[in-house]
Amino acid sequence: MPAKPRTGPTLKQRIHEVARSKGVELPPHVEDDLRERLIRLRLTAPELNRVVSAVAARYMKAKVDAHESVGIVAAQSIGEPGTQMTLRTFHYAGVAEMNVTLGLPRLIELVDARRVPSTPMMTIHVDKKLEQSREEVHRIALQVEVTNVPDIASIGTVVEDLKVLVTPQVALLQARGVKRADVERALTEALDPKKYRISNGSGSGEGRPFELHLAEAPPPKEGAKPKKDEPEEPMPFKALLGASEEARVVRIKGVSGIKRALIKKEKEGYVIYTEGSNLEEVLDIPGVDASRTVTNSVFEIYKVFGVEAARAALVQEANRTLAEQGLTVDIRHLMLVSDVMTNEGDIRAIGRHGISGKKTSVLARAAFEITAAHLLRAAITGEADELRGVAENIIVGQPITLGTGAVNLVYRPTIEPKVVAPPPKAIAPIPPAADSAATLEA
Amino acid sequence: MSQGLSKRIRSLQFAFLSPDEIRRMSAVKVITADTYDDDGYPIEMGLMDLHLGVIEPNLRCRTCGGRVSECPGHFGIIELAMPVIHVGYSKEIKRLLHSTCRACGRRLPDAPTPRGESFSDEEGPTPTREPKEERACPFCHETQQRILLDKPTTFRENGHKITPKEVRARLERIPDEDIRTLGLNPTAGRPEWMVLTVLPVPPVQVRPSITLESGERSEDDLTHKLVDVLRINQRLRENRDMGAPQLVVEDLWELLQYHVTTYFDNQTSGIPPARHRSGRPLKTLAQRLKGKDGRFRSNLSGKRVNFSARTVISPDPLLSINEVGIPVEIARALTVPLEVTPFNQETAKDLVKRGPAPVPLLGAYQCGVNYLVREDGQRIKVMDKNAEACAELVQPGCIVERQLLDGDIVLFNRQPSLHRMSMMAHFVRILPHKTFRFNLCDCNPYNADFDGDEMNLHVLQSQEARAEAKVLMKVEEHILSPRYGGPVIGMLHDHITAGFLLTYQNPKFTRSEVTYLLSKLSYPVPPPALIEKDGTELWTGKQLFSLTLPKDLNLEFHSNIWTRCDCPPNNCKHDSTVIIENGVLKAGTIDKKAIAYEKGAVLDAIARNYGPVRARQFLDEMSRLAITAIGLAGLSTGIDDEDVPENARKEIDHALSSARAEVTKLVDQYQKGQLDQMPGRSLEETLEVMVRRELGKARDLAGDIAGRYLGLENPAVILAKSGARGSMLNLTQMAGAVGQQSVRGERLLRGYVGRTLPHYARGDLGADARGFVSSSYKRGLSATEYFFHSMGGREGLVDTAVRTSRSGYMQRRLINALEDLKVAEDGTVRNTAGTIIQYSYGEDGVDPCRSFQGDAVPVDEILAGILGRPRMLRGGPDGGAGQPPIGEEEMDLLAEAQLEEEGEEEEGEEFAPPEEGPDFGGE
Repeated sequence: MPAKPRTGPTLKQRIHEVARSKGVELPPHVEDDLRERLIRLRLTAPELNRVVSAVAARYMKAKVDAHESVGIVAAQSIGEPGTQMTLRTFHYAGVAEMNVTLGLPRLIELVDARRVPSTPMMTIHVDKKLEQSREEVHRIALQVEVTNVPDIASIGTVVEDLKVLVTPQVALLQARGVKRADVERALTEALDPKKYRISNGSGSGEGRPFELHLAEAPPPKEGAKPKKDEPEEPMPFKALLGASEEARVVRIKGVSGIKRALIKKEKEGYVIYTEGSNLEEVLDIPGVDASRTVTNSVFEIYKVFGVEAARAALVQEANRTLAEQGLTVDIRHLMLVSDVMTNEGDIRAIGRHGISGKKTSVLARAAFEITAAHLLRAAITGEADELRGVAENIIVGQPITLGTGAVNLVYRPTIEPKVVAPPPKAIAPIPPAADSAATLEA
Repeated sequence: MSQGLSKRIRSLQFAFLSPDEIRRMSAVKVITADTYDDDGYPIEMGLMDLHLGVIEPNLRCRTCGGRVSECPGHFGIIELAMPVIHVGYSKEIKRLLHSTCRACGRRLPDAPTPRGESFSDEEGPTPTREPKEERACPFCHETQQRILLDKPTTFRENGHKITPKEVRARLERIPDEDIRTLGLNPTAGRPEWMVLTVLPVPPVQVRPSITLESGERSEDDLTHKLVDVLRINQRLRENRDMGAPQLVVEDLWELLQYHVTTYFDNQTSGIPPARHRSGRPLKTLAQRLKGKDGRFRSNLSGKRVNFSARTVISPDPLLSINEVGIPVEIARALTVPLEVTPFNQETAKDLVKRGPAPVPLLGAYQCGVNYLVREDGQRIKVMDKNAEACAELVQPGCIVERQLLDGDIVLFNRQPSLHRMSMMAHFVRILPHKTFRFNLCDCNPYNADFDGDEMNLHVLQSQEARAEAKVLMKVEEHILSPRYGGPVIGMLHDHITAGFLLTYQNPKFTRSEVTYLLSKLSYPVPPPALIEKDGTELWTGKQLFSLTLPKDLNLEFHSNIWTRCDCPPNNCKHDSTVIIENGVLKAGTIDKKAIAYEKGAVLDAIARNYGPVRARQFLDEMSRLAITAIGLAGLSTGIDDEDVPENARKEIDHALSSARAEVTKLVDQYQKGQLDQMPGRSLEETLEVMVRRELGKARDLAGDIAGRYLGLENPAVILAKSGARGSMLNLTQMAGAVGQQSVRGERLLRGYVGRTLPHYARGDLGADARGFVSSSYKRGLSATEYFFHSMGGREGLVDTAVRTSRSGYMQRRLINALEDLKVAEDGTVRNTAGTIIQYSYGEDGVDPCRSFQGDAVPVDEILAGILGRPRMLRGGPDGGAGQPPIGEEEMDLLAEAQLEEEGEEEEGEEFAPPEEGPDFGGE
């Protein structure tokens, strides 16, 4: 459909201009929000002016004060509700069949920046064209889910013939979408031909078993630990058992790390939920919609998409964890924590091995954990503590550098004192008000 | 103090003490291992030598001549007969030995690069691959040997021990210019100083001895350790000088090393800790600093204060939310410094004249004076006897420490102080009796209840502190929480019930009732809402509630009792849609959703649009009105409130037994293998899921049946539905069935082999055997049910205990990581190093307290205000139906808008905070 030529600035531009004329730079999401509401209301220009000015004035009133200790407020806002969260590790999320770590343990896990979450999980969306079709989604799910030999075949040992029988079950093969040939390929690829010989057993069709024979004892390599080989000779059962164990862990298909994949009908179509996570490989599967596929493993997101994505994932995961417990925490606090964690370009944990251990102040580090080591180290390197932070200044007994401690206000009477007036002295500073709002109204 | 800081420490430099410096700063050389002689007088050159400072009164320090209060103490010295390694640096020494030539001391080319700033002692230096055996120094061609550290302090080279003396000699050889490349700072000291030749002896003030009641002296742990060091040092010196066998000397040397090691750190791994005679390990230097009770966390990061009080708390609904009731006894003990000026000299004199305990004036508390501080700093305790005399001494420049008065500002705190609302400023109200009292609305921010909780109070001592408290810390300044941008201070429990009773279905009140209801408020009785035919004047509850509202408040929202009914809002038969027009409650019930903390819409609107002062006024008036209202109406609940008729009881029983039968059937199917396995679940799990689902349904059904007979005329239901306390689940557990008990989210399993209790067969998977409680609390639990219930209950208790410690540690870490962040003048968020963490705080620079439930700007509200559209329930304007006329000149804007509208999805999406978490059964 050819778009009609635009005759004037877009609504968004207009909003922007009006705010600008009031000397206010509205954040983009406020502009978008406003545009979304206004677009249906069809305003006159004066109305638009009034609305945007009012929004701008309100926005300026809501701005933070300089020197506000936002870090402590954020930490408290996340820490305080921690006492109200459940500790139960396992709980049922969207999918009844799956366990997911939630509540306090999950929050701690996020803050700790663990590499692997205790219950990794993915939500895989497929391409929009495919997502209505259960078959298509199922096909992709099967591709994702790891299928090991025991999932589709029974494994038995025949001691008298010294062989292992791998008998594919036709029904299971079908359910998993595996062909007998796939099994054969997987077995030959995975098992060391020097140790085992694979042949077809009696029977026919898809269910025809495979036989694993112990290969003839390899000719002892010259000097290659002949002693160790010897006791194996009279113990072929043990070798047989080993063979069946090895066959058990052969992966026929699937993405490593994905233990299970379930399909669930959601509003938009069928969605795959997986237990286990491997973002990198799943995204490579054709048909997977990379733009909507997510994992709860922040570290994987970091590896695949980089630190900004990891930061967004941290915010989202933390928000979800808290919201699920019915706790409301302003998103800005979560952003701040995530930003602190990802500020250096990688994910750093909150705690001794992460941010706290890397603080510039010796005293702050010593006051947190491993006191003696930090002090001893400071002496070797001749560190100087600049006393810029909160903990250091409390230790030496000075006002801290945040909030009212960050500014000084001096009272200078404009009228010369006539008789005896108290000498001018420092008084408590009042936090700077968002006075730009006043300019706006003027 | 009140003059503010004139000086500020800019930085602290850490470095080594050189042996010379230790000698220079020492006041005495300690050689005698004894402390006091028989008369209890410190022995000279002993560990308590008077040169080291004094801890007894009436003695003077031999170094500075000061008395106990004046002398800060002085260091002494122990000259070690042989050098010993400093434990804290043994790893560092090993690294240096390894990185430098054993002969010439130059840095070897393959020495691992010094560690960066990353440091954690647990891991030690990053394990560098042990270099090849054969290394030769490029400077002197000496072949290097492999150095091993035999923890904690023994070094070996090719199996041979290197003595500390030799270690020291090698470290001495490292040239200054190589030190920096080895990661050390030459200005901080020489590496050989890590091997001690002299040991500083801390002043006695650091290790005071205490005299027990029996007159016996008990020495400090450090003194004990120093005695050990001295003794062995002496023996070592004697043996060495006498030319004793090498073996003996070495043994003593090692013993000296052990004592010095444990003197520094008595928890060094690899050696047994030195113990007291009683078997208690000694607390030596490192132990003094470390951990929660160590110097850092206990004394430096947290300090003890004066001018504070602590007592039990109790409620007082008649106090304002920013007041605190203080017992007279406490008010008399706490003082505020009053600086005497020419202007208040006379008042101050009068105050002092009253003495420390003035007689109540007409029964009212009178503030007295405890101390008078004269200009020269001399403190005079004011007593009844000397009050008159003291008053004469009052002159400008003096400070009068007067007792608390109504209207003073104090800080009030309850631990654990989890957020900033745990410490708020209140105005003093001096009251009889012995507890602190405050308005119930303040319970939530402090997380306080009155089952024996105690709280702390601090009296501010400087003008700056009082000003800050008044501007920033007053209770009303904290009504809106920075956590979620909604009210944390609000009505609870009885207030909510009262709101419900006062407004639900708009009850009528007679003049006498109204007079009573308004007796605690300062409003005149309004004109009656209606007059009966017989002339009786009647007032309505909604009318009375409206008195507390600002006169131009407009709001519309759903009450907590709203059941998603679709009645017209202004004529809802459940009275569940609140409409407030111009400060008048037109319809709806005032309950949790209107006035409670966290949820209350009315409270939220007032706090946000009318400011903290108006919000405080509303809370004060509303809590007074609520308390009188519930006093008038009366509300009690008892066991018979959960009575259900006999046929309901039968119905419940039937529902439960059919559920039980259903479970039996499932178990049967499972045992016969007829159960359909769920994808990705084992057969056992499938059964469990299905059984739990079945029993959950049964419990809910029982609850529904019971609920049918529990209507809004039932007080217990009023409590639950209005959101005052408890939930319908609690009621159905009382009236219907308690339901499945669980441990770790699963049906009960453990106990005996294959069964929960010997009352059941092994492997019984049925409902009863696995912890389904089909009785109600009212009917009473059977013995087995009771036992199962206690299992579930125990888990809850354990959970709570574990959770507090875990979340406490998480919060400590969070605080520690984020404490230094602040919004800079330019709106960026920075840490102490000046690194920018965020370019704009929260991406929009909005303070969550000032946000609109997280939104930067309440767009809907502004639109409604400006465009004069009827206030809408939150959720967005009605997709453009009934559009307003547009001005001719705005055609292009309109066209533009239409253009953009295409492809616009009609989803009025809005961030709505999730209502409540899942409600779990049990208590």
